[in-house]
Amino acid sequence: MIKIEKLHKSYPIGKDSLHVLKGIDLHIKEGEFVSIMGSSGSGKSTLLNIVGLLDEHDEGKYYLNGQLIDKLNEKKAALLRNKFLGFIFQSFNLISYKTALENVALPLYYKGMARKERLEIALEYLDKVGLKDWANHLPNELSGGQKQRVAIARALATKPKVVLADEPTGALDSTTTDSVMDLLKDINDEGMTVFVITHEEEVAEQTKRVVRLKDGLIISDEITAIGKAKAI
Amino acid sequence: MKFLFDSDSWQEIYGSIRKNKLRTGITIIGVLWGIFLLVVLLGAARGMENGFNKLFGDFATNSVFVWTQSTDTPFKGFQKGRQFSLTMNDIEVLKSEYSKEIKLLAPRNQTSNLIIKDFQSGTFQVSGDYPVLDQIQKKKLIYGRFLNENDILSIAKVAVISEDMYKQLFEIDENPIGQYIKINSIGYKVVGVYEPSNTVNFDGDCAYIPFSTFKKVYNTANKVDWMMITANEGTNIEQMEKDILLTLKGLHKVHPDDERAFGSVNLGKEIGKVTGFLTGMQFLTWFVGIATLIAGVFAIGNILLITVKERTKEIGIRRAIGATPKSIRQQIILESVFLTTVAGMLGIIFGSLILFFIDAAVSNNDDIPLINPTVNIPIILIAFVTLIVLGTLIGLIPAHIATVVKPIEALREE
Repeated sequence: MIKIEKLHKSYPIGKDSLHVLKGIDLHIKEGEFVSIMGSSGSGKSTLLNIVGLLDEHDEGKYYLNGQLIDKLNEKKAALLRNKFLGFIFQSFNLISYKTALENVALPLYYKGMARKERLEIALEYLDKVGLKDWANHLPNELSGGQKQRVAIARALATKPKVVLADEPTGALDSTTTDSVMDLLKDINDEGMTVFVITHEEEVAEQTKRVVRLKDGLIISDEITAIGKAKAI
Repeated sequence: MKFLFDSDSWQEIYGSIRKNKLRTGITIIGVLWGIFLLVVLLGAARGMENGFNKLFGDFATNSVFVWTQSTDTPFKGFQKGRQFSLTMNDIEVLKSEYSKEIKLLAPRNQTSNLIIKDFQSGTFQVSGDYPVLDQIQKKKLIYGRFLNENDILSIAKVAVISEDMYKQLFEIDENPIGQYIKINSIGYKVVGVYEPSNTVNFDGDCAYIPFSTFKKVYNTANKVDWMMITANEGTNIEQMEKDILLTLKGLHKVHPDDERAFGSVNLGKEIGKVTGFLTGMQFLTWFVGIATLIAGVFAIGNILLITVKERTKEIGIRRAIGATPKSIRQQIILESVFLTTVAGMLGIIFGSLILFFIDAAVSNNDDIPLINPTVNIPIILIAFVTLIVLGTLIGLIPAHIATVVKPIEALREE
């Protein structure tokens, strides 16, 4: 699903440049539940942004669903994001003046779906995350966990191949963290590839594979206990 | 074009406008003010033009007035400062020499006298005129008739008086026709009462009596105080004025370059000055109106730019979930066009209302030269279309800026 070879990325800072990713090799197959661990500054967010086509890499090769990603223009990137990827952010990133239902339906709007149809689908997904009764509430009327569940419903609405989650539980307490992680597990059980970035061990433990990053390099890549159990 | 008729595009715009009511309101007021000013100014300018046209309306605008003063150059043995007057002979000469150019020629003698009716009296202008005066300066008659040829031929002692004189000399509701008034102790029968024109007026309150009667009563012999000439269609009035003055100078042994001997007013020229002023004003109106309009459109562009900055994060989110740069651009431009259109329409409506109220307020007031202040619909349509085009163009700037930022940078924005 995702194949990365010798990926480099640096950011210019003044005259110098900051070398963030120093040759990453990573292969994530369809249906995997992977977490990327690392302290801040290890390059995990940069990796996610490149995988999510929100940023461009400098060197190396990146294949998404078998397609080589190289010098995409914005339009193509947008279409690929819409087709293959679903995003979940730490700060939820819901549009504040739209109801939960409209937020979930928005990616379908950019897909060009008719209003009635996409609202139906959006409601379906809200039901799936247990927020059907909150469909017509604005984000500021929802709790943090509810917001993140809306964001997950939004990420799922377009039936993406890969769900990318950047610190999905970073702003949540432990109870809501568990419910969000349960949701991600359910998604993965349905066959979707889930790619989580986190710095919390408890979160990483609940995934099937943990990749640890340090200073722009992968220092370990192992299957977790749950992953082993599932594999058997 | 499809997205224009897509209810979703409008849903998006409705959402973003509803979220930013104040900003939207201020933006709309900016453009509204521009087109409002344009409509009101154009309407007022048109109203003034109509007003001035009416002001001169009673007068034949191709009129020249000539009278005598005193010479300023010695000539043919006469010293300077000589006083002289026009004569009936001049009239005859001009009539025959300029038969092609002159349409109407009305000589006049004038004096001021005490006019008495029973126990009422007042001092007024008395003017000996020909019936042709009615064609040069139309008289609005409330009672009776104006002077006619018969009065001239029979040297009749008849008078046409002004409304003010009637009010001063007669009882309320008294029928003045056929009554007698005394001018300089001589009785005249009143045959008509005219309403003084509220427009350009050289006569003031004046009692008109037949020229022949004036000549006999005041013993003016051949003397003519002044004359009014109107030219035929297609005549160069300025040239005619010069030629006539030269002929008169020849007849009265006045130096051809004498500037003071004859006084003359060319009404066409005077009106030309006023119409020139009106043209200037219209130009100014357009200039101010369009400048304000452009300022308004720039305000929209500016505010959209701020909005785009404010909404960088939102745009980033939209792009992360699959919005193409084109769809973002379309939405911002559509928003700009929508705002300018609504503002433009409101501006036109308010402007028209104001013009309507101005019209209602001054239409019965003859002192204000403002009549029927209107704006041509094609002009408004042109201004409106220009506004929408400008709105589109100005929307391009924030739309471009919105898509230039990378989604990752937009998302990082707080």
